[in-house]
This record gives sequence, structure tokens and C-alpha cells, in this order.
Amino acid sequence: MNNRVVITGLGIWGCLGKNLDEVKESLYTGKSGIGMDMERKAWGYRSGLTGIVEAPQLKGLLDRRARVGLSEEAEYAYMATIEAMKNAKMEMDWVEKNEVGILYGNDSSAKAVSEAIDTIRAKKDTTLLGSGSIFQSMNCTVTMNLSTIFKLKGINFTISAACASGSHSIGLGYLMIKWGLQKHIICGGAQEVNPFAFGSFDGLSAFSIRENDPTKASRPFDRDRDGLVPSGGAATVILEDYESAVKRGAPILAEVIGYGFSSNGDHISNSNVDGQVRSLNMALDGAGIKAADIDYINAHATSTPGGDRTEAQAIDMVFGETRPLVSSTKSMTGHECWMAGASEIVYSMLMMQNNFVAPNINFENPDEASAKLNIATKTTEKNIDVFLSNSFGFGGTNSSLIVKKIK
Amino acid sequence: MTQEEIISKINEFLVEEFEVDAEKIIPTSNLRETLDLDSLDYVDLVVIIESNFGFKVVAEDFINIHTFQDFYDYVNRKVAEKATA
Repeated sequence: MNNRVVITGLGIWGCLGKNLDEVKESLYTGKSGIGMDMERKAWGYRSGLTGIVEAPQLKGLLDRRARVGLSEEAEYAYMATIEAMKNAKMEMDWVEKNEVGILYGNDSSAKAVSEAIDTIRAKKDTTLLGSGSIFQSMNCTVTMNLSTIFKLKGINFTISAACASGSHSIGLGYLMIKWGLQKHIICGGAQEVNPFAFGSFDGLSAFSIRENDPTKASRPFDRDRDGLVPSGGAATVILEDYESAVKRGAPILAEVIGYGFSSNGDHISNSNVDGQVRSLNMALDGAGIKAADIDYINAHATSTPGGDRTEAQAIDMVFGETRPLVSSTKSMTGHECWMAGASEIVYSMLMMQNNFVAPNINFENPDEASAKLNIATKTTEKNIDVFLSNSFGFGGTNSSLIVKKIK
Repeated sequence: MTQEEIISKINEFLVEEFEVDAEKIIPTSNLRETLDLDSLDYVDLVVIIESNFGFKVVAEDFINIHTFQDFYDYVNRKVAEKATA
């Protein structure tokens, strides 16, 4: 089968805003969501920089039984998903009668795990963890909770693929629908934002230490970048088979036309041009389009010296002749890790829907590799018919998604 | 802690944590049915009792607790035992 796969709903909760409207405004104005968490400094972090994400207030929205199982990232995912389901016109009574699945990216639940172990050590009694701890602690915390809350009856599992988790969730959802195995899938990515989650990453000296100027710290592709800024939240992208979406009267927002993936077969943390180029070419080949057809690339670029250089080289190798506009929205959000691949589809969709390319803020001076790219340094009014979004993760996992406007 | 204080504290956390309407808490009413407790909720009840009264409930103790009054009496007895221990 070769079904068309469309996006019918979007939702987001993150450091640029708590809904699509707020996030669109932040993207358009180039507003940074980065600040300082002094608790991390007290914990011995090298960098206290982080995306600042508000905690949702769920009392009144969900009953106690549903709330106690939600980890921090699952709370974000719930908020993003109710927004996406609302604008996809997916009512609960319809969902209960149809086979709706969930494939969500998540690769840790460090806070829930750490707090549980602390309680066991202090109390010497596992019962005192309470009933919610297990459902908060597992990597599949988002999918197990949301599938229960929304009474989902389709495919149901979590994708753990480091910083490409969210992107692969959409890619796998795309394939499941394209091949006729599912008709409606809630995809997305979630990332916890707390001191438990990022200590080991901080320990690699991967984070920016430009603490005296937080909004300038994340500067992908800029010559003077000194590391990434960890961030998070959740983003939901609802995918549906085109015919089914039309039949139920869903809004058709765009079409997913390509998914490329690859593994570097190389270093555990260093990126690799060949692996990324294979992912990019696979996405283009699958979509049946040429490099010249891409109007905008939402880069993975996280603001690390090595990673950005590799991606700039890979993009130049594939798009060197056509030089589409490129920006890394991580310049505003920081690195949303497990969430990033999904949130960056949401950001790019907002740009496509509103005819602009969000700026790669803090890009002041190129280095040798980024000088070859056409980087959007300021908000650019532009019609986007087709965009590509890159996501790359530790272990050398690569994912590239291509989305096309519905005309 | 007096018996009245214990009852007041129990009712307070049942309203706060289990989100039951205060007017539905009647001593002769069935605890499980009123609070709509499932097996997972009993685990949370153990945690709440421990944090409020400092003793650990064993699962078997719940077998003989049917009404809110049974629950008050049980907690009252355990608190008294703890005080004299």
C-alpha cells in the first residue's frame, strides 16, 4: 500500500510558549526561551543554563488516578496532545470508537526514577513509593499514560532514539499509515526539564557556559558557539491517512512525504557526515523530489562546535547547489532532546502556515563550514511549500523528515 | 492527638488527595465505594497514612475496614498503640 499521510493536528508545551499561538509569536519575533536554573549550580553542574518550561496545572483537567502516573514529561505531553486533538477535531467519543494509535519519543524519566530510589533508600519500604511511581519511571511513561487517558486502541509504544526520538516517532507513524497498518496515530516527543535529567550530559562539558548572557548562549552555526543549552517540554503531531482524514472532516494541515534514516556506524557521541548525507538522500528519494524542491531546512544544529560543523558539511554536500534557507530553532529553544524532532516539525509547520522562516538567532559570524549555508539570520517572509527537518542523536541515529504543503 | 483531630485530619486528606466531596464522607458509608478505590489507590492510601500518622499499614489490615468509621477506629487504635509503644 502507498497511502498518503497527512498532518491533522499540532500541539506544543515548551519554553517558547504553552500553545501554538504563543510559540508562533516567539518564533516570529526571535524570542529566546533560555534562562538559568540556580539549583543546578548548587548540585555541581558546570552550566545552569536551561530552557524555562512552566509546569502545567492538571488538577481539574484530569482525575487523581490519571495524574499520579504522569511523569513531568508526560504532563507536558498531555498538554501538547489535548491541544493537538482539539485542533484535529478528534473528540473523545470518536476516539473511543476508532483505532487511534500513539508513537511518542522519550528516552528518560530520570526525575521519577531518582526520586523513587531516594525514597526506597530513606524509608526502606517500597510500598511507600505510592502507586504512580512505576508509571512515571518507565521510558514509555508518555505512551502508557496517554493511551490510557485517551482510551487509544491502535499501536502503542515509545521510541527511544536519543535526540532523534521525536523525529523517528513521526517517521515510524508515517510508515505505519503509508503501508496501511494504521489510519490515525498520535506522534510526538517529550523531554523532562530538571536537574536529575541532565547531570550526565553536563558532565561531558557539552553545555554552553555563557551563563552571564543566557539568551545568547545557544548559537548554532555561529563561530563562537561553546555548547548546547538543554531544554524540553513536549510536542504532538497527529498523523492520519489522507482518505480517512477527509472522510471524518479533519483539517488537513500538510502532507508528510519523506522519511530518511540511517546509523553512522561510528563514534557514540561524535556525528558523521556520511551518515547524515545518507539520511538526507533517503528522505529525498522516498519523497520523490530533488534537493531544489526544498524551500527550508530546520537544522538539528544544537550549538556544539563539532555537531554543527558536521551538519553544515552534510547539508552543503546535498544542498550546496540550491542553498535553501536554513535555521536552527534551537537558537531560541535550546536543545529539546527527545522532544526536538517533533517540536521542530511543529515549529516548521507554524512557519509554513504563516509564510515565514524563523531566525537562527545569535548567528553573528560563520565558521568555515556554516559560511557555505544560507542561514536565516532574521525573520524572513517566505512561502514554504516543502520543508525538511533533521534530527541526529547519540549512537549515530539520524532522521530526516520532509513535509509538503497541501494545495 | 485526639480522636476528633484524627478524624478531621483523615477527612482533610481524603478531600484533598482523593478528591471526594466532603459531604459524602459519612461514618456509616462504605469507604471503598465512596472513594471508588481500586487496588492501586490502596497503595496511595498506605503512603498518605504513613506521612500523616507515621505508621505503616499492612495490606491485610484493610480487610476489616468497610466504613469510614472502621477506618477512623483503625487509625485511632494504631496511633494510640504507637503512643504507648
